[in-house]
Amino acid sequence: MRVIARLALLFAVALVVLAGCGQQGGQQEGEGEQGGGGGLVPREEINIEFVTHASPDPFWSVVQNGVNQAAEDMGVNVNYRELDSYDIPQLQRNLEAAIAADPDGMVVSIPDPDALNDKIREATENGIPVVVINAGENDWRDVGALTYVGQTEYDAGVAAGERMAQEGVRSALCINHEQGNITLDMRCEGFEKGLGGQVKQIAVQPDPTAARNGIKTALRQNPDVEGLLTLNPGIADQALRALEESGRSEDVTFATFDLSPSVLRAVSRGEMLFATDQQQWLQGYLPIVLLTNYIQYGVRPVNTEIPTGPAFITEENAEQVIDLSRQGIR
Amino acid sequence: MTQATVGERIREVGFLRRQLTRPELAAIAGAILVFAFFAITAGDQGFLTFGGTISYLQVAAQLGIVAVPVAMLMIAGEFDLSVGSMVGAAGIIIAITVTQYGWPLFAGVLLACAVALLVGFFNGYLVIKTGLPSFIVTLAMLFALRGLTIGFSRLITGRTQIGGLSEATQGDVLFPIFAGEVAGIPVSVFWWIGLAVLGTWVLQRTAFGNWIFGSGGDPVAARNVGVPVNRVKIILFMCTALSAALLATIQVMDAGSADVLRGELLELQAIAASVIGGVLLTGGYGSVVGAVFGALIFGMVQQGIFFTGVNTDWFLVFVGVMLLVAVLFNNVIRNRASKG
Repeated sequence: MRVIARLALLFAVALVVLAGCGQQGGQQEGEGEQGGGGGLVPREEINIEFVTHASPDPFWSVVQNGVNQAAEDMGVNVNYRELDSYDIPQLQRNLEAAIAADPDGMVVSIPDPDALNDKIREATENGIPVVVINAGENDWRDVGALTYVGQTEYDAGVAAGERMAQEGVRSALCINHEQGNITLDMRCEGFEKGLGGQVKQIAVQPDPTAARNGIKTALRQNPDVEGLLTLNPGIADQALRALEESGRSEDVTFATFDLSPSVLRAVSRGEMLFATDQQQWLQGYLPIVLLTNYIQYGVRPVNTEIPTGPAFITEENAEQVIDLSRQGIR
Repeated sequence: MTQATVGERIREVGFLRRQLTRPELAAIAGAILVFAFFAITAGDQGFLTFGGTISYLQVAAQLGIVAVPVAMLMIAGEFDLSVGSMVGAAGIIIAITVTQYGWPLFAGVLLACAVALLVGFFNGYLVIKTGLPSFIVTLAMLFALRGLTIGFSRLITGRTQIGGLSEATQGDVLFPIFAGEVAGIPVSVFWWIGLAVLGTWVLQRTAFGNWIFGSGGDPVAARNVGVPVNRVKIILFMCTALSAALLATIQVMDAGSADVLRGELLELQAIAASVIGGVLLTGGYGSVVGAVFGALIFGMVQQGIFFTGVNTDWFLVFVGVMLLVAVLFNNVIRNRASKG
């Protein structure tokens, strides 16, 4: 018994010593940063917290793949924190935990400025460099972030609407599969603005059969409609089927937000006008590169944001993207 | 109908009283009510057409396939909250084995079914061994299974949605069995009806059915008269998980893709369908037919709202109100009938 107790004591002392060393290392890094990034921090000692409203869906998988690749390329440590569902209080807690870990840099998204801005500002004021991605294009300067990497959803909606208007579409349906998600509302609103015509929002359940039958019924209810926009690839697959099964494939112009292998195939076959690509791989990859360089050398893009979208995938360029999409890069 | 307890079974009951105490009565009446509502408000907008009918039948069938065994499990006194996660898991198993490893479709489906049976057994075994409420055990399974599905599919494919299955499944011999059509009616509807008939037969006409009622009504008494309560429950847990795998198979072939988030909230919808159908949350009472009509109500409300042209924002309000009305109605009828 005594031997075990001694061993336990020894172990506890070792732990305390180790913890102390860790803390010291962290403090030194912090000082280097405040000095304008003068000192060279070994990359393997750089810890970055990635705290966004990411959920386990296909879109964010690609972001995470970008994060992983960047962490490997840069040789830094990234702690990726995800939500299991869209839950702002949970995001607040994740953010607090990340700040408490005293990282060398942070990547955040701001889907709800009122709930999140103060906490992020606190982090930047304490010397943690922050890059905002995906959501927060109006707030990144306000919270003191280095830059914003992402797509402005409203503008992307406008661009999609303009593109469809060029095809002569004047009235369209915008299929919303996740009501209450502000980015989806903004896409639909932007779409209406860009189209310059009439857009009706239809909410469907995310379940594929329910969504497909809902879209079919909506098409029947609106026989004059000329365009159809979906906001994610899964629903796009179902919309394609709905168009086909209701015999409207020919007279309805169809497009979607975001990519998947099956969407790209449909685009390359000419069954869809386009898919907008916000190149979210870059939203995972670039912030890690930006932060690594800033932490190491104090260099960064100045006073600018980095738009990653919307890029348009059409019949001409769809084929080359298919393989990359299958690998989770696009 | 009245073999809820031994006492009731030997009581003399008049025909009318027997009809009024049927657990599914409220659900049937509710279904008629909901149908009438949409027939009046949206009858001229396609709700009454063949296509319109298929539209809600298909959605109801997919819920109903899971609701049948879920109702039977609830009658036996247990819940299974993991069926929704099981749908996501089984779908991903099929999609990964077929698209990533080039397995033939039937092998992927068999593996999904095997995993489902294992998960069901594990649920049941844990409930029996630990004595914890199944609500908690299967809630834990809900999270763990969903997490495993997300983790593995991202590890293997780097994505959480796997498409491109249409090419692999469309020509397969299994396709007509799970996702084909008979006379324009999706086969999922026949699966639903088939399972409902099977479930009803088991519940009403077999010893196992009596064991189910006994296990849920008074497990101690049931054990005393020789009912293998533990075995009954484990088998039913395996049935609910298997029905989730069946639904996943249908969805994967029908939709041509699998998604780690598929089946979310299905567990609650299946319980709601059962409760609308007169199954008691405390177990020991209910019917499969009731759950069938509960699922039908769900399908009609979910799809019917599109036909009315009403803003679809209000769908969940509809469902909530329907659920409450159906259960209240059920209570009133039962109380009145039992007072005589």
